[in-house]
Amino acid sequence: MSNLQLTAEGKLKHFLTIEGLSQSLLTEILDTAESFVNPTDQQIKKVPLLRGKTIVNLFFENSTRTRTTFELAAKRLSADVLSMSISTSSTSKGESLLDTIRNLEAMYVDMFVVRHGLSGAAHFIAQQTANHISVINAGDGQHAHPTQAMLDMFTIRQVKKDFSQLRVAIIGDILHSRVARSQILALNTLGAAEVRVIAPKTLLPAHVQTLGVSVCHNLNEGLQDIDVIIMLRLQKERMTSALLPSESEYFKCFGLTESKLKIAKPDAIVMHPGPINRGVEIDSKVADGPQSVILQQVSNGIAVRMAIMSMAMQPQGAI
Amino acid sequence: MKRIHIKNGRIIDPANDVDSIGSVYVADGKIVAVNTELDGFQADEVIDAQDKIVCPGFVDLSTRLREPGQSRKATFQSETLAAASAGITSLCLQPDTKPVIDTPAVAELIKELAEKANYPQIYPIAALTQKLEGNELSSMLSLKQAGCIAVGNASKPISNLLILRRAMEYAASHDLLLMFRPNDYWLGNKGCAHEGEIATRYGLPSIPDAAESIALGQCLELAELTGCRVHFGQLSCKRSVIKIHQANKYGLKVTADVAIHQLHLTENDMIPFDSAYHVLPPLRTEADKQYLRQGLAGETITCICSDHQPHDVDAKLGAFPETEPGISSLETLLPLMLKLVAQHAITLHQGIAAITQNPAAILGLPAGALTVGYPADICVFDAEMSWQINQDNWKSKGVNTPFWGETMKGRVTETLQAGRVIYRLAAGVDKS
Repeated sequence: MSNLQLTAEGKLKHFLTIEGLSQSLLTEILDTAESFVNPTDQQIKKVPLLRGKTIVNLFFENSTRTRTTFELAAKRLSADVLSMSISTSSTSKGESLLDTIRNLEAMYVDMFVVRHGLSGAAHFIAQQTANHISVINAGDGQHAHPTQAMLDMFTIRQVKKDFSQLRVAIIGDILHSRVARSQILALNTLGAAEVRVIAPKTLLPAHVQTLGVSVCHNLNEGLQDIDVIIMLRLQKERMTSALLPSESEYFKCFGLTESKLKIAKPDAIVMHPGPINRGVEIDSKVADGPQSVILQQVSNGIAVRMAIMSMAMQPQGAI
Repeated sequence: MKRIHIKNGRIIDPANDVDSIGSVYVADGKIVAVNTELDGFQADEVIDAQDKIVCPGFVDLSTRLREPGQSRKATFQSETLAAASAGITSLCLQPDTKPVIDTPAVAELIKELAEKANYPQIYPIAALTQKLEGNELSSMLSLKQAGCIAVGNASKPISNLLILRRAMEYAASHDLLLMFRPNDYWLGNKGCAHEGEIATRYGLPSIPDAAESIALGQCLELAELTGCRVHFGQLSCKRSVIKIHQANKYGLKVTADVAIHQLHLTENDMIPFDSAYHVLPPLRTEADKQYLRQGLAGETITCICSDHQPHDVDAKLGAFPETEPGISSLETLLPLMLKLVAQHAITLHQGIAAITQNPAAILGLPAGALTVGYPADICVFDAEMSWQINQDNWKSKGVNTPFWGETMKGRVTETLQAGRVIYRLAAGVDKS
């Protein structure tokens, strides 16, 4: 698993999952991302690192935020970018995933950024694709969304500096969340003191504790001593598949309000991978409040994705 | 028809309680003598089985040969050769062919295909419900008369228990055996991996063991209610073994088998997202594997099947959840059974009985035993011979096995079906 995304020298080749990546590699990603941010005005410079390279954003699932930040990141690295929404083109004509990849390969691209609705899709593409092409996982099924996890780590480090004392709560639909799985791996690799998941049993995988987390079913208890609160988006279809009775009951039990936020440490930060459902998992006053770093996360997405893309292209001869 | 003398072999025939060095004589397609010297027997052919084991040909309770309907995956020609090379002389065909085995015409077509492949001992299992949809009963009696050996719903669930009850009552009226793979459709939740640590880590849609044991429990109750003879196929978890054990203890006559790979692989053996490990029921935990082994040793589970499901390469190319489940497994049946013996999980006699006498008895076939007068279905194998699973040795058209490239111990040298040599290991073959 880990070998697939690393070269023989241990350098990043693909970025598919946090699993199997060392603390020093994750730290290198964060440090590299920092180098792209101008310390005085917080603006991101345009650099020529990937000049002449072609990056294809292959989105088999809809996404606005992730695709846009990947596009911006690629442009700031001076690469040529092509964004494709595959759900509306080839696969609806019966073309297989592999054929889509083969066709694009034939157009001499250097990197695929892939989002797909099935777990393992990015691994499959990385295994099948030509050796000179890097694959970045922009979310596969319920498995992993490692660039999101890394931009979250970047944001946490910006505010909290050090991971070793941190207690982090991840709240909501862990079961269906690729973001949560990658965050848990990243936080544990970076040495967070505790990762706590808070959700009703219906929204937790059956063996969630084996991911290296503590488990809590009650928000009031779960928020105690917490430094970082990560809210997850609640998909509407969870109500129709009998996982939850109603949005309002969910908000009552697990929605983050100003009063609930007070249970956590006074300097706790509130994060959300977006897009947020105001009044379902989070109250607007919290989402827009002083402890929220939600928009900071979005800005950081560009620098972190630049770092990952440029590092993954290094073995392929990026400048 | 040739008169054959198999000599000097270690004859193991659990059905007749035989384990000794000696001879088996075959004439007119039948076994004429075992271990008694026949003076004046004029053999057309002598097979020297020195240092080899001579046992009944294997009886496989669950296979797919992909014909009719999916010959791009495999054919009767390719798979019967694979079966013969694996020592298998009788096999049951699951009804999920295309079209489904729910009319006598399809059953007859299968018989024809089997004759054409020179491997007549293929026994179709009739669909329990029309199109396997679980809504209406199939014409079970006509299907039985057309040569179907049992009824079953392949891996398709019957979610309406009233329909299952009626089907079992009807099957019982015609003394038909139900071969049932327990799987609750709703609890299975369209999963592709065991609901355990691995599925949790990799975000794979998962199937709890309760999807199997609950469906099994319901079917046990219905077996009691309807008097239907039931054989449970391809069990995968601890709770199923416990339930069968309890049912037997309280006098309910049900039987069960396990697919050979479930006795060797667990979720932890899965290479992440490697579709070779995509199989249903899914690979479960070490505890489940140990219980299945103990169930076999304690004879709660009396049969091992291959659950052979060959696939074309494309079927296994894709993101794990979208690939097709199943393992091509005829040719690993014997070596993996011998591995269980080598690991002291079961005795050699139990292992051989689990693929000969016991499945034959469940089907009511004159097979799985070297009984005088029975059709001469015989397997001669070298338990010590090593061979590698590779393109040169593999016969099935489906190369979808997680054991690809591994070296296995135990190789069939001759297979006889009704007195005819249907397989002989070529001399000078790679023994590495």
